[in-house]
Amino acid sequence: MQLTVWTYEGPPHVGAMRVATGMTGLHYVLHAPQGDTYADLLFTMIERRGERPPVTYTTFQARDLGTDTAELFQKAARDAYDRFQPQAMIVGASCTAELIQDDPAGLALTMGLPCPIIALDLPSYSHKENWGAAETFYQIVRQLADKERKPAARDGRRPRANLLGPTALGFRHRDDVAEITRLLGTLGIDVHVAAPMGSTPAAIAGLGEADFNIVLYPEIAHEAARWLEKTFGQKYTKTVPIGVGATREFIAEVCLLAGIEAPADPDAGRMPWWSRSVDSTYLTGKRVFIFGDATHAVAAARIARDELGFEVVGLGCYNREFARDIRAAAKLYGVEPLITDDYLVVEDAIAASACELVLGTQMERHIAKRLRLPCAVISAPVHVQDFPARHSPQMGFEGANVIFDTWVHPLVMGLEEHLLTMFRDDFEFSDAAGASHLGGHGAAAPADAHQAITPSAASDVAVLERPQVDADGWTPEGARELQKIPFFVRGKAKRNTERYAAEHGLAVISVETLYDAKAHYAR
Amino acid sequence: MTAVLAPSRVTEALPVLRERGQREVFCGLTGIIWLHRKVQDAFFLVVGSRTCAHLLQSAAGVMVFAEPRFGTAIIEERDLAGLADANEELDKVVRQLLARRPEIKLLFLVGSCPSEVIKLDLSRAAERLNVTHAPNVRILNYSGSGIETTFTQGEDACLAALVPEMRADAVDQLLIVGALPDVVEDQFRRLFAEIGISRVETLPPRRAKDLPGVGPGTRFLLAQPFLSETARMLETRGARHLPAMFPFGAEGTTAWLHAAATEFGIDEMHFRSVVAPGRERAKRALAHHAARLNGKSIFFMPDSQLEVPLARFLANEMGMRLIEVGTPYLHRSHLADDLAALPDGVQISEGQDVDKQLDRVRAAKPDLTVCGLGLANPLEREGLSTKWAIELVFSPVHGFDQAGDLAELFARPLVRRDRLTV
Repeated sequence: MQLTVWTYEGPPHVGAMRVATGMTGLHYVLHAPQGDTYADLLFTMIERRGERPPVTYTTFQARDLGTDTAELFQKAARDAYDRFQPQAMIVGASCTAELIQDDPAGLALTMGLPCPIIALDLPSYSHKENWGAAETFYQIVRQLADKERKPAARDGRRPRANLLGPTALGFRHRDDVAEITRLLGTLGIDVHVAAPMGSTPAAIAGLGEADFNIVLYPEIAHEAARWLEKTFGQKYTKTVPIGVGATREFIAEVCLLAGIEAPADPDAGRMPWWSRSVDSTYLTGKRVFIFGDATHAVAAARIARDELGFEVVGLGCYNREFARDIRAAAKLYGVEPLITDDYLVVEDAIAASACELVLGTQMERHIAKRLRLPCAVISAPVHVQDFPARHSPQMGFEGANVIFDTWVHPLVMGLEEHLLTMFRDDFEFSDAAGASHLGGHGAAAPADAHQAITPSAASDVAVLERPQVDADGWTPEGARELQKIPFFVRGKAKRNTERYAAEHGLAVISVETLYDAKAHYAR
Repeated sequence: MTAVLAPSRVTEALPVLRERGQREVFCGLTGIIWLHRKVQDAFFLVVGSRTCAHLLQSAAGVMVFAEPRFGTAIIEERDLAGLADANEELDKVVRQLLARRPEIKLLFLVGSCPSEVIKLDLSRAAERLNVTHAPNVRILNYSGSGIETTFTQGEDACLAALVPEMRADAVDQLLIVGALPDVVEDQFRRLFAEIGISRVETLPPRRAKDLPGVGPGTRFLLAQPFLSETARMLETRGARHLPAMFPFGAEGTTAWLHAAATEFGIDEMHFRSVVAPGRERAKRALAHHAARLNGKSIFFMPDSQLEVPLARFLANEMGMRLIEVGTPYLHRSHLADDLAALPDGVQISEGQDVDKQLDRVRAAKPDLTVCGLGLANPLEREGLSTKWAIELVFSPVHGFDQAGDLAELFARPLVRRDRLTV
């Protein structure tokens, strides 16, 4: 058993729902107890979908357990077919139905329903949402893709690619698909099928007609892409086009796969200049902590260091299946990889990192709020705010523009940071007030025990042989000087000074010690 | 004032449409979302699956992200291998939790669908853990599973688990049963004090240590219509239920207060003079929304079991037309007064086959449909205005001074529909 307060991922059948809800013409019959229908609201409320997810739940109750839940399942499946007339059905069990072992797959297959039935085996007690989505998509592709359908001869036609991975309830999947479709269009490549979101079982049958595959979200599409390569010989992309550099590489990669010439100098949008302009100088070396799904976290780390000039001080993911990618990236940035789905561990790591910006999920947004740190969201799990009305991709050059804005806006900006340092005692313009462009709701300075030390108390004890120090060894003057350091780096300054004092055998930390340490650790 | 007298119509004959099929409702775990805020030194530990944890977090949304007093002990593959190990694991999780949250005085182990299907006996686990953690923490258990409970029945199960904990006390007292927002609870306490009922207690209490006593002198009013098991348990302890309409709107609230006043032998004239100002305020507040709601049709999908008393309020006090009043479970005796006050010929349905019920909604085209969050946007997209049922459970809606707010919850979707031109 694992004590859990908040989870990064739902159970695997929610992953299957994300696949089914993204598609049309597919229906999911889920053997599940009453109450599991809560999952519908993820789609209708968070994503604001105007249709119910295409899911029929058997919603059995205790009284049904004594009788015949298998019969209940078959009735639900038959009614669902009659009502929705899907092109294909997926069938499976949620966590509780898994325990009563009715074998929904076997039951459905013997019913003689006039459409393909795809059985899902999604073990709820060992696997999670992303895995469930990947497995579901893989099973759908494996069973529906028609092995006889191959790409037509090129004969001057434009190359065609499938876009694999977008689902319902995905982080900006809607906009990424639009952005990448547009980008491919400018390169002269057509999108054959985007799947699962935007596809149908009939479209899945024709996946083999594309020249190659583009894996937008490896967490969901990697298994399916591997099978397609094995079965149809379709190559697939390895680069996820998040960030300017990654998008440039992605363009080179798809052009290679498509057998066309890559454009010499594609228009990379505004982000490169926005980052190079002097106004962005203040971004240099900002300490960022990054946590999310592995694909988005790895992409974010690259953008943070190479395209914005930040310093990556923490990098992690919650999906163990992709831990290897995070470990490789962490090595590149010289940080310890954090692979965990325990948000309390993430909170501790963020607090210990003395970072100045958190790039994370909605969970990290709340952690950052509690620690009064600026934060931008880069990954699922999603929240209603992650479905903006405007076009807001993460991928492609427009995605890079969006990322620049999203990450930079929570920060205290340029000259304001200097003014805060110079005039920190101004009652309306101090770290306690937070950044002005955030309307007073931005990150304000955390309360600090040192502020409680009053000058008079300090001067009264000046006659003592040893200066009075606090629990961490700071003299009152030293502690006051520490307060003059902007709050977002104060924690780091304090820790560095204390480490310096310890290393030099100093029991008392004075103003001098603070500046000695500053010189010692100067970047 | 005659409206507050117990109606005489026999409700047994009321035709009820009973359906079985897909039920689009929450399970009883959802009650934790409000209960953990109500009892401030209690913690709710669900023993369940990742689905349970995901449900709580999805239903709670960001509302309670700050510092929840609930969590889930997620059952993993190895816990399924042997129950002995599962019990050991549970003990470990409880130790871990109590070490992290030393301020917890009352811990509920909450059963879920998986814990019940694998027959993990949480009452024995609670006994065992009580020995270890007494006297600092009291550990109780109840089931919030979807196979046993529907949505608000989770609160019923939780309160029922508290009843055996109540000390025996023969004193004359009025007990208000059901979690109410603190502000509403305080209003009722003030009213009962003015009416002349001196000793009033609440279940649940705001702090576990303030759990009231119970005995033959206890008379109780149900503040919520979904507390059948709690009522039964209280009756076994000698307490007596005071049947009444539920305290929604001017009439419902008057009738509810009146049931207690009559029981405690309060002079009728005095009662009337005490409730008159609140009752008048409620009527004035309702008048603001009367024009908007009068004559409009409404369809209740089954959700919180509040449907019957709310339908009574909307039909009788606001003039709405009831198309269908769906409820997950119809407790005829507790709802007797509200049922009797419903207009003739209203269609009541119990249970659900959601697709068939949605067909009826589409055919009837009601002005307003009360439904769960999974159905609201799809119905809005079809052009049907909706009211989220869960808001009726989370908002202060009981009593005189919330009557206007309650009406406004139903009026707002209609106002909005008329306002928007996009």
